[in-house]
Amino acid sequence: MNRAAESPAKDLLLQLSDVTVSHGDRSTLESVSMRLSRREIVTVIGPNGAGKSTLIKTALGIIQPAKGEVNRIANIQIGYVPQSVSLDPTLPLTVERFLRLGTAVNDATVKEMLATVGVEKLQTASMHRISGGEMRRVLLARALLKKPDLLILDEPTAGVDIAGQNDIYTLIGSIRDQYQCGILLVSHDLHIVMAATDRVLCLNRHLCCSGSPEHVREHPEYLAIFGGNPADRIGIYRHQHDHHHDLHGDVCDHG
Amino acid sequence: MDEFIVRASLAGILVALLCAPLGCLVVWQRMSYFGATLSHAALLGVALGFLTGLPPKFTILFVCVLVVFLLLGLERFKGFSSDTLLGILAHSSLAFGLVAIALLPNLRIDLMAYLFGDILTISWQDLSWIVIGGILILIICSRIWRPVLSSIVHPDLAFVDGHKIEKLRLVFLLTLAVFVALTTQVVGLLLIVSLLIIPAATARPFSQSPEQMLIGAAIVGVVAVMTGILLSFQFDVPAGPSIVVAASLLFAISFLYSKVVLKQAY
Repeated sequence: MNRAAESPAKDLLLQLSDVTVSHGDRSTLESVSMRLSRREIVTVIGPNGAGKSTLIKTALGIIQPAKGEVNRIANIQIGYVPQSVSLDPTLPLTVERFLRLGTAVNDATVKEMLATVGVEKLQTASMHRISGGEMRRVLLARALLKKPDLLILDEPTAGVDIAGQNDIYTLIGSIRDQYQCGILLVSHDLHIVMAATDRVLCLNRHLCCSGSPEHVREHPEYLAIFGGNPADRIGIYRHQHDHHHDLHGDVCDHG
Repeated sequence: MDEFIVRASLAGILVALLCAPLGCLVVWQRMSYFGATLSHAALLGVALGFLTGLPPKFTILFVCVLVVFLLLGLERFKGFSSDTLLGILAHSSLAFGLVAIALLPNLRIDLMAYLFGDILTISWQDLSWIVIGGILILIICSRIWRPVLSSIVHPDLAFVDGHKIEKLRLVFLLTLAVFVALTTQVVGLLLIVSLLIIPAATARPFSQSPEQMLIGAAIVGVVAVMTGILLSFQFDVPAGPSIVVAASLLFAISFLYSKVVLKQAY
């Protein structure tokens, strides 16, 4: 079942081996193994409560696994893009200052980075007054300023409309090319993943299945929505389940 | 001018300057109750001082450090929120302090002086302690400023950046303990928290960055201290409460100005 482990050994950045994470007596991740290499985009999909955030936090080292091993290459620079930040209203903070909290950089670098993610006009805006979509781009800018080897994104398109999702996926694809980094992203959407994704991991506490997404160039439903070009960036992942789940998400048989 | 006014003003200004960075960090982390707990616990420290004959500064520090570790230890047992734990620690340490003082034989302590401060009776020796401790506090604050800010904004991002969140929290709590031990005599343990919170809150509507709020809090604090001492001298009212009255009036003005004139909503 662990076809997820198919990844070029060269340039390996991150490896999870048989990782189990427990919360009380209930496990949130069961024997998950995965590898991620430089210039590779891996998308983790799964329903709510599937352990996607737990997987990310384990990869980041925030959560320690009860069993198994998490290996990152030495001196790895990780850029983490959480879903959002919830700031206390008493803390005055501009976008620019927020970026500088992560990495000490000069004014020109801040401007350049904000332009890269498409929010250059927000440099002096208050972090309290930017929209959810703008927040995602600002968080991405903060991660990119670290010149990451590995970029980890938690639901980069949650709450973003479908055209906006396209923009963000385009941006992520170009970041991979520009920074030559490995990218791990998580999506709650079971059906739409980024077309540039090299591998999809389907997670439901354990790894259900994995593989490369199909291109949807010719899929009439998506062509109807996007016209020609934008659909290039969206792929459909067809599940090839070899087992079923009961109501708790536990595997109840192997087909 | 009388020398005691000079000493009182210097001490007050120093405390106000220390309150600026600590107060901002307390407000941003919603930790005012923790400040209150430490200052309540200080009374037990005062009792301990009279019991052992040691200077109250050190016994207050001892009790406050004990409370910090007690809180961090109790937080590890899940089941009670830190809000509840703080409430228990704050009031039980205050009660223990009051009972201990009542039990001490042949001793009459001017409780009012510890509750509301006695800034006008401060000595040059007290002042030098505040200078030494104050420099220590400011050095620590400047060292932890950026990482603590980072962890307030997003703890996971701060962790990924390599900051040790729990260690930072411990350092900050211990710094607050040192601050409470240093300043109980100046503004009194019931009023310390208000000097931490009110100047920072007053500066908030006029700040676009954390550092602006820090400077604003320092200015508001110094103005409040000077006004309070002047009021106290002029009208023969206690200095500690006068300082807090001045600070709260400044907050009221700032609040009304931001809501009515600037029409801020945050």
